[in-house]
Amino acid sequence: MREHTLSAERRRKTILSIALSVICIIYVLPVLTVVINSFKLNTFVKTDTFALPKGEMWAGFDNFIKGMTFGSYPFWKSVLYSVVITVLSTALILICTSMGAWYIARVNSKFCKVVYYLCVFSMVVPFQMVMYTLSKTADRLHLNTPWSIPVVYLGFGAGLAIFMFVGFVKSIPLEIEEAAVIDGCSPVRTFFSVVLPMLKPTLVSVGILEIMWIWNDYLLPYLVLDINEYRTIPIHIQYLKGSYGTVDLGATMALILLSIIPVIVFYLTCQKHIIKGVAAGAVKG
Amino acid sequence: MIKKKHHDASVLSSNLICRSIRRWWWLFLGPVVAAFVIGFVWPFIQGIYLSFCQFRLISDAHFVGLSNYIKAFGDASFRHAFWYTALFAVVSLVLINVLAFAVAYALTQGIKGSNLFRTVFFMPNLIGGIVLGYIWSMIFDGILSKYGTSILMQTKYGFWGLIILMCWQQIGYMMIIYIAGLQAVPEDMIEAAKIDGATKSQTLFKVTIPNVMPSITICTFLSLTNGFKLFDQNLALTAGQPFQMQAGGTVVKTTEMLALNIYNTFYGQSAGSQGVAQAKAVVFFVLVAGLGLAQLAFTRKREVQQ
Repeated sequence: MREHTLSAERRRKTILSIALSVICIIYVLPVLTVVINSFKLNTFVKTDTFALPKGEMWAGFDNFIKGMTFGSYPFWKSVLYSVVITVLSTALILICTSMGAWYIARVNSKFCKVVYYLCVFSMVVPFQMVMYTLSKTADRLHLNTPWSIPVVYLGFGAGLAIFMFVGFVKSIPLEIEEAAVIDGCSPVRTFFSVVLPMLKPTLVSVGILEIMWIWNDYLLPYLVLDINEYRTIPIHIQYLKGSYGTVDLGATMALILLSIIPVIVFYLTCQKHIIKGVAAGAVKG
Repeated sequence: MIKKKHHDASVLSSNLICRSIRRWWWLFLGPVVAAFVIGFVWPFIQGIYLSFCQFRLISDAHFVGLSNYIKAFGDASFRHAFWYTALFAVVSLVLINVLAFAVAYALTQGIKGSNLFRTVFFMPNLIGGIVLGYIWSMIFDGILSKYGTSILMQTKYGFWGLIILMCWQQIGYMMIIYIAGLQAVPEDMIEAAKIDGATKSQTLFKVTIPNVMPSITICTFLSLTNGFKLFDQNLALTAGQPFQMQAGGTVVKTTEMLALNIYNTFYGQSAGSQGVAQAKAVVFFVLVAGLGLAQLAFTRKREVQQ
C-alpha cells in the first residue's frame, strides 16, 4: 500500500517535471527567435522568422555592425546614457530616501506623517496623470540632462522607496541608535555607521526594484530629456522602428539582442537578490 | 501592548534621538521632500488645475470649467479605449493569476529543477516593455504572414497578441509572490487536513488558498493596475492599429488603450487639446486609484487572520 502511493507520487512528480520543462522551452523560444534573427539577412526575417539562419539567409555580424551605426545616433551613446541615468538615479534614490525614511520613522511629527501618506498615495497615481506637467517642470528647472534627471526619478520614485524603508526602520530596535547617541555620535554618524549597515537587505531590495524600473523606462526619459542629444536604449529602439522608411528588422534584432545580454547577465549573477527584492517589494506594496 | 509596557522608556529614548535628528531635518528630509515636490506634488496639483483650463502653453492657461471633461467623455476614441482597456485588464488579470498560481503550486511540490524553472519563468520581467513589444511583433508577424495577414490588420489579433505578451512577461513576477505565499502556509495545517482525510483538491481549496489570500490580494491588485496602466507594450506592439473611421469623421484606434489614448491626445492631435488630455488623465487617475483601492478592500476581507 505504502509503496503504491509512493510510486504514484513519483509518477505525478515526473509528469509535472515534463510539463514544466515543456513550458520552460516555450518560455525561452522568443529569446531564441531574437538570437537567430539577429544573424539573418533582413529580407528573410519576415518570411522565415523561425528558420535557422543557414545558407543564403546567414548575415554574419553584419546586422550588429549596421545596427551600431544605424541612423543618426550611435548606439553606444544610448547605452552609455542608460547606464549613467540608471546608476546615478538608483544611488540618489537609495541615499536620499533611506535618510528621509529614518527621519520620518524616528521623528514622526505631523509633517512627517503628511509626507509619508503622500508617498503612499503617489504609488497609485499613474504616470499619465503628471507626465505633461512633470516634463514642463523638469524642463524649466533644467532637469533635462542625464546628470540632472536623477532628481526627477527621485521625486517620482520616492513613494515605494520611502514606504519600504520606513517599514524596515520601524522594525529596528531603538536601543542601538540610542546607545550611539549617548556615546556622543552625531545624528549623521549614527545614520551612516549604525543605521545604514542595518538597512542593507532593504537597500538591496529597493535598489533592484529601482534598477529594473529605470533601466527599462521609456516614457519619462523620452518626455524629459532633450532627445536630439540624449537617448536611452528603449528610446533608441523605439526610434529605429518609428523612423520613416523601411526598418531593418535584422539590425533591430541585433540591437535588441545586445540590449538584452547585459540584463540577462545581471539577472543570472544577482538572481537571488532580485527574486528576494521582488517578493519583499510586493509584500510591502 | 509592547508600547504600553515600555511607555516611559521609549518616550525618553525617542525624545533623545528625535531631538538630536530634528536639527538635521534639512539634510535628512530636505532633499527627498524637495525632489518629491518637484517630481510629484507640484505636477499633480498643477495637473488637476490644468484639467479645468484651456491652454497651449502652461503660461497662457485660462479657466474653462468642466468643458474639458465634457469633451473627454464625448470623445468616441476615449470611450472605446476605456472599454478596450477594461476588457484587457480583466482577461489578463484572470489568465495571469490562474497560470501564475498553477506554476507556483507546481514549483512548491518539491520536484527537481524547481530553481531552474523559476529562473527561466522570471526572466522576461527584466526586459523592458518597448523591447518586449518589438520581439513579439516580429514573432506574431512571422506566424501571421504565413496566412497573408499581420498583427496590425485585425483588432482581435492585437488584443490576444498583447494578452500573450503580458502573460509571458507577468506570470513569472506573480509566480514569485505566490511561491513566497505558498511557502508561508503552515506545514502542520496541511498535514492535519491530510490526516483528517481531505483530498488533494479539498486541501488546496479549503486550506492552501485561504492561507495565501494575502498573496492573491497583492497579485490581483498588481495585475489589475498594471493592465490599466499599460503603455510601452501597447505602443510597441500595435500602437493602436488597425484604425477605424467613424461616421462622424473621427478616427478610432481600435487597439489603443487608455494610457496611449491620453498620450496621443497630449502630443499627437491638433494643438489645443492638451486641456482635454489632462482631463482624461485625471479621469484615468481616479479610475486606477479607485479600482485599485476597491479591489484591495474586496480581497482583504477574504484574508485569514493568523
